[in-house]
Amino acid sequence: MKTIEPIAQLSEYIKDGASIMVGGFMGCGTPEALIDYLVEQKVKDLTIICNDAGYPDKGVGKLIVNHQVSHLIASHIGLNPEAGKQMSEGTMKVTLTPQGTLAEQIRAAGAGLGGILTPTGVGTIVEEGKEVLHLKGKDYLLEEALHADIALIYATASDAYGNLIHEKTTRNFNPIMALAAEKVIALTRSIKEIDPNCVMTPHVLVDHLMKEETK
Amino acid sequence: MNAKEIIARRVAEELEDQDLVNLGIGLPTMVANYIEGKEIFLQSENGLIGLGPTPSEEDIDDDLTNAGGQAVTLKDGGMYFDSLMSFSIIRGGHVDKTILGSLQVDEQGNLANWIIPGKMVPGMGGAMDLVTGAKKVIIAMTHTNKKGQAKILKECTLPLTAKQEVDLIITEMGVIEVREDGLHLLEYNAPHTIEDIVQATQAHLHTKEAKENTKWTK
Repeated sequence: MKTIEPIAQLSEYIKDGASIMVGGFMGCGTPEALIDYLVEQKVKDLTIICNDAGYPDKGVGKLIVNHQVSHLIASHIGLNPEAGKQMSEGTMKVTLTPQGTLAEQIRAAGAGLGGILTPTGVGTIVEEGKEVLHLKGKDYLLEEALHADIALIYATASDAYGNLIHEKTTRNFNPIMALAAEKVIALTRSIKEIDPNCVMTPHVLVDHLMKEETK
Repeated sequence: MNAKEIIARRVAEELEDQDLVNLGIGLPTMVANYIEGKEIFLQSENGLIGLGPTPSEEDIDDDLTNAGGQAVTLKDGGMYFDSLMSFSIIRGGHVDKTILGSLQVDEQGNLANWIIPGKMVPGMGGAMDLVTGAKKVIIAMTHTNKKGQAKILKECTLPLTAKQEVDLIITEMGVIEVREDGLHLLEYNAPHTIEDIVQATQAHLHTKEAKENTKWTK
């Protein structure tokens, strides 16, 4: 069984300079209340690993607008103009990674693998500085595993143990990130019994459970 | 019929019954409006297959979006999955057709659609995986850019999305197939002539097989 911790506990777990994976896809399935707390607390110099830069007022975009991110690793930043601005001004480092590669790099870290071989990005600027392996007549890029100190994930429901369900398209990177960080903090919308057949993220991967305020 | 409508309608004709298809953001999304008489499964790479029509205001569900972050619906038989499953389906060759817009395409079938250095850097999102993994890559775009400059080039000048992955280019002027020996114009849309298209294309076009298509002028 897990105790539901207050969101303010985040201050204990997240310090300046932390690397943080954040679940969600254009803000869908992002633990907004946890992001809001980090914005309030002004934790800074963060490395954020997320599918995208969100919107200026949604998802990890809020941390970027508040100048709390020094390095963003994402596949897409186009819907948050502030991210592009900070990148071109050189105040935030941005590493753009193909979406499928990002997912596999995170999985590799969580699955005890050193990296993955992917044909995606061969012959493009994504290839720069990476090893290319030629296997059975095809070129692959060696993409290294991607770890983080913290993963902030979102669940539409959790049971008392922290087994999670991420309904509809909120699932995206959430179960994958739960594998790849030192400390995994899940924000859930509700607490209820969950059919063991339907668990999407096993509770053993979840270190801390917090609950979203009911709207 | 405007240029985008012609392109979307013609792309819809390329889709076959039971195809698994990924439609990119923008013009490619319009293709869904013109699928008739066949069962097509649309994937959205954020985690679903079975993309349905846009919901009405009261049916919007914040937990159900497409890869552009817009509210969508799920059709009967549809399902959700995580990003690993989504990109395994994409990279693993399970997507029959991927339809994308592009800034440039060239004679080798290279495409560039994710960055204009110093100007526009949205990122590649899932585009690199899609064009690398899909069985067939169809580019749906206007033949020239807003300034009237050619987008079908001898060689792309912008950073590539992928090398030699494009199979078919569909524009408001016609349909071009990418083959080992270069680009072949297969259809030209009246009132455009073969000459018009050659004029608007920087790359060399083989035109021997080109047939006139008059259905968009009706």
